[in-house]
Amino acid sequence: MSSHADTAHHHYTTTGLEHRKLAIWAFIGSECMLFASLISTYLIYKGRSIVGPFPHTEWVNEAGQVFKPILDIPVTSASTFVLLMSSLAMVLALQAVQLKDTPLPAGANWWTRIQRSSQTWLLATALLGMTFLGFQAYEFTSFVHEGLTIKTNLFGSTFFTLTGFHGAHVTAGVLWLFTLLWIDRTRGLGPKDELIVDIAALYWHFVDVVWIAIFTLVYLIQ
Amino acid sequence: MSHDPKHAAPTAAHHGGPHAGEHAHPDGWTYVKVGAILTIITIIEVWAYYIPALVASPFFNPSLLIMSAVKFAIVVMFYMHLKYDHKLFRVLFTGPLIIAMGTIVALLFLFHQLSVKF
Repeated sequence: MSSHADTAHHHYTTTGLEHRKLAIWAFIGSECMLFASLISTYLIYKGRSIVGPFPHTEWVNEAGQVFKPILDIPVTSASTFVLLMSSLAMVLALQAVQLKDTPLPAGANWWTRIQRSSQTWLLATALLGMTFLGFQAYEFTSFVHEGLTIKTNLFGSTFFTLTGFHGAHVTAGVLWLFTLLWIDRTRGLGPKDELIVDIAALYWHFVDVVWIAIFTLVYLIQ
Repeated sequence: MSHDPKHAAPTAAHHGGPHAGEHAHPDGWTYVKVGAILTIITIIEVWAYYIPALVASPFFNPSLLIMSAVKFAIVVMFYMHLKYDHKLFRVLFTGPLIIAMGTIVALLFLFHQLSVKF
């Protein structure tokens, strides 16, 4: 009986798999292609800018003005750490939702208790995502002040397009997380809502893995 | 910080469907350990960036790519649960990923950013 009820609540395909989960994986697959096109465009034009500023080397313009390498690795390393930790918070949010109806064991410690708080982890994920966006806003602003815009050179065009698309995805993810948080605060998220949190988590982790690739290919490889 | 296996998330076949063939997800402490591993790899990557001798080495770029691939795989396997989920999800993700990576490599050869010397 419970199996029938479960089947009625979810929407299974002929494969026996939930179609919304199939859809998010198919969407993530298509997103791989999108980011591959953006990353390959960046890599194709890497080192082909005629004028600076350049990512890893100094540049002196005709007026004798010196431009330092523009990428700020310490700041980006910090933002990378923030995004990695947001993925950790997200997976713990999903687990908290899955365990919502499981009674706490007697003498549960603080870690066990906090593991059950889906609102804490959803809020932490959203705040870490917003912190990442703050780092990106700081980076973009400082680049513009240092003379690099989307129109300056090939590096500027491909860099702002690639990281801007990623930032837009993070922004969408943060809005999604705040929506889940609002649902959790109003009616509560429980095991029956596992799928909607799982789908949001898959999207969020995908945004994280894209940044893992961007961090190495754009920032670290010279 | 205790680690109680009984707290592993009971997700088997929840939303993958009755024939999903999923396994139970790891517990919270495993996720924390995975996060620590990701952080350590990131620290190694950034440390390598600041060692001129390493940067000049021909192994610098390949080692960074390997470390990045390891981080990528860890997140996908543990946080996205692909290690525990139905194999059709793996196909849906790895298929386009392989095509995407092949496209990047092909374009880099086409535009002479990569070349093979005989």
